[in-house]
Amino acid sequence: MKPTDIGQPDYFHKVVDCQWACPAHTPVPEYIRLIAAGRYSDAYMINWQSNVFPGVLGRTCDRPCEPACRRSRVEDGESKEPVAICRLKRVAADYKDDVTARMPKPAAKKNGKRIACVGAGPASLTVARDLAPLGYDVTVFDGEKKAGGFIRSQIPKFRLPEEVIDEECGYILDLGVEFRGGQRIDSLKDLLGQGYDAIFVGSGAPRGRDLDIPGRKEAAKNIHIGIDWLSSVSFGHIDKIGRRVIVLGGGNTAMDCCRSSRRLGGEDVKVIVRSGFEEMKASPWEKEDAMHEGIPILNFLVPKEFKHVDGKLVGMVFEKVKAVYDERGRRSLVPSGEPDQHFECDDVLVAVGQENAFPWIERDAGIEFDKWGLPVLNETTFQSTLPNVFFGGDAAFGPKNIIWAVAHGHEAAVSIDRFCNGEDVAKRPPPLVNLMSQKMGIHEWSYDNAISNDVRYKVPLKDVSIALKNIKVEVELGFDPQLAFKEAQRCLNCDVQTVFTAGQCIECDACVDICPMDCITFTDNGDEAELRGRLNAPATNRTQDLYVSAELKTKRVMVKDEDVCLHCGLCAERCPTGAWDMQKFFLNTAKAGPGCRDRHLNNLAPLRQAA
Amino acid sequence: MTYLAKPKLHHPTLAKNKRGFTRRDYEGPVSTLCAGCGHDSISAAIIQAAFNLDIEPHRVAKLSGIGCSSKTPTYFLGQSHGFNTVHGRMPSVLTGANLANRDLIYMGVSGDGDSASIGLGQFAHAMRRGVNMVYIVMNNGVYGLTKGQFSATADKGSKAKKGAINNDSPVDMVGLALQLGATFVARSFSGDKAQLVPLIEAAIAHQGAAFIDVVSPCVAFNNHPGSTKSYDYVREHNEAVNRIDFMPHREEITTEYEPGTVQEVVQHDGSVLRLRKLHTDYDPNNRIAAMNFLQEHQARGEVVTGLLYVDPDPEDLHIYANTVPVPLNALGERELCPRAAALEKINASLR
Repeated sequence: MKPTDIGQPDYFHKVVDCQWACPAHTPVPEYIRLIAAGRYSDAYMINWQSNVFPGVLGRTCDRPCEPACRRSRVEDGESKEPVAICRLKRVAADYKDDVTARMPKPAAKKNGKRIACVGAGPASLTVARDLAPLGYDVTVFDGEKKAGGFIRSQIPKFRLPEEVIDEECGYILDLGVEFRGGQRIDSLKDLLGQGYDAIFVGSGAPRGRDLDIPGRKEAAKNIHIGIDWLSSVSFGHIDKIGRRVIVLGGGNTAMDCCRSSRRLGGEDVKVIVRSGFEEMKASPWEKEDAMHEGIPILNFLVPKEFKHVDGKLVGMVFEKVKAVYDERGRRSLVPSGEPDQHFECDDVLVAVGQENAFPWIERDAGIEFDKWGLPVLNETTFQSTLPNVFFGGDAAFGPKNIIWAVAHGHEAAVSIDRFCNGEDVAKRPPPLVNLMSQKMGIHEWSYDNAISNDVRYKVPLKDVSIALKNIKVEVELGFDPQLAFKEAQRCLNCDVQTVFTAGQCIECDACVDICPMDCITFTDNGDEAELRGRLNAPATNRTQDLYVSAELKTKRVMVKDEDVCLHCGLCAERCPTGAWDMQKFFLNTAKAGPGCRDRHLNNLAPLRQAA
Repeated sequence: MTYLAKPKLHHPTLAKNKRGFTRRDYEGPVSTLCAGCGHDSISAAIIQAAFNLDIEPHRVAKLSGIGCSSKTPTYFLGQSHGFNTVHGRMPSVLTGANLANRDLIYMGVSGDGDSASIGLGQFAHAMRRGVNMVYIVMNNGVYGLTKGQFSATADKGSKAKKGAINNDSPVDMVGLALQLGATFVARSFSGDKAQLVPLIEAAIAHQGAAFIDVVSPCVAFNNHPGSTKSYDYVREHNEAVNRIDFMPHREEITTEYEPGTVQEVVQHDGSVLRLRKLHTDYDPNNRIAAMNFLQEHQARGEVVTGLLYVDPDPEDLHIYANTVPVPLNALGERELCPRAAALEKINASLR
């Protein structure tokens, strides 16, 4: 193998599994260390820079970071669980001081460019936050009176209190963003005619899929579309439901529907899904939360018919199916031959998916749509076929989640900033990267390198009997500072990198002997597949890189398997020559502003060459 | 030296041996020696060898004297018996322990100061008596604990860190061991575990006085140009006579070797040392030839390593002294108090 080029920003970025997995590339270990140090406001601001809604995401994020977390690959015994990254983020939001003074100020001088954002969800608000402080005149339109979009309308208040939404939307609107609530855009052509320099469409995927089976029309009064029902609950238009409720669908919306039903009078609430329990789209923890509230999840049942008597829903019939896999591993659901199952019910909530809908975009406005009804976009710039119109969030590539919407917003803001300055949007700015030694003394590092053996701490919950009585009572109490500290200590500090300098190495084997995970091997070079098999411990996880040094004096190379490294720094502590050093890798994605523009990038190029 | 304990977490594929232990279970507390010390590599090699041999930790006694090397038993086999003797007196304490309980595996760990200076006499007598043990000298040529003065094994003409030249002739521990009748003599290098681990395994299986001289660079005081015990010097001048594969039982040779390049030595306990010869004319069963070979190559500044001499059927102290076949703590009252008739017999034999 060739020596690893650690100058490549992606190399060490990939080692920080959580940050790499986060669509917004939040520097996770950095803020977790700040939480452990009790510096909640600093932790909050790091989050705010990257993901804009720390308080909201700390309660609701889909947390792609957690399945990626290295901790779950190195723990011993029964429990192999990631660090509770998401809930630690909430700790930063819960215990921070007043951060208003640390927020950017509204631009003192406007730059004369006007931007319209359609929809006031997380994607649009991110664009507004990134652009407004730069002097852009940003106007955000939304059909609802308050900003937040699906964050406000879809997520039940027992998961996300209204104050948190108000606070974090407020930070953005306070940047001098003009918010026009209650003003739904119903014509793109009309908006185009108003002379905006750029338009950002962050209108979400607002249409819930329906279920067209016998009885749907006749029993319509007691059959509700999940996302519409949730927003009616959210805005107080609906405050009760029948005693027996069936929720159809296996996604997170279905979980919100069933748990909301339990709080509005549903005593016998069940979730019924077509697929198997394991293949459900809902996050495992959301399924767990629903079951914790006494909601059974029944699987492999395909809805066949709504039963009704005198125009009133009385039950549903399902066909029992089983999963069959073909030789290519594709699944199909085939009838199992068992008799149909009948469940009595008073109400049904249909949460079987969402669709994009752009009834307000005239098809001759210049924006091309693909065969699925989604706009044709450049995947990195988010620019549509109309150069001054950009898309992001669920409106761009279909329903995803908040953190993806935020990531889209950042990228679209960069595009808009370059576009409005007459620069090529296809040219993307590199991230800001820094590597800094953490050595303080012979045995001292500026991070806590002791490894905690604790297993994941559970977030304390409100007692179910209290929680189910009031739909506005938040179920999760969040970590208290003591629990937060202990959970934060489980973080392995994967951003503190093991950096190897071949020229310094005397091949004394000290690092090999001390490494608790047998990550390091000095051996003859070879090709990757072969090398992986003959290291001190086999490197079977091919998604994790091998760090290979230049040739050493004995003609061997140092090979480190990044997979299960604890970042404990013992290799560097035992290294007599400083060939190993622990260096903190910091990466911030480029945001809109002078740093993303040609003048800056052109200055950067010769520097990089010199390095 | 580190202030942190080595984390308990380990690689997910870490194997267990026949005793249900992982290699990590044979470790001790974290070393307090200088970072990069060769001694730590030797400790790691001992840990690996003990794991490979499925040794029960409570069947091992590790004894040492004073010095950097003699601290190391703390850092390996944390569940075994240990004894730190006064300076240079490890061999006699070990001999006593061995006489009392012949069933344990004895591992004497010492340094060039402990064995070649203050304890030279002790070393010599343990060798000539054939005490069944593994005697490892971690040999770095300097007194590390007192900041790097030449030790008795430093080569004549070699240079100290500050430039002083050593005028005294070195004590050649391997030469002494051969001359004094050790039945297993080897030399290795702390930076070459592939060679060292099987040598330790073979020495443990050997039922007699086994001596291994391990050149172990002192990174703090003896790893500079002009030193003959530095990583660089040893790597450049290492003249390995053979590589050994240690097998607890005979296995079929599956790899093809050039004729005359492989030699097998079957030890008394049935274990097999498969020697892959690097010097085809080197015979590790010939004590006198081994001594000559060593002298010749040493004179050229070469560091001869490998299994230098082995007697596959050694005798040991217990045979010479005609002791009881069981540990003393296993003797019952009947054996210990043989009654008047036995006394009468002894007295009669003396009349």
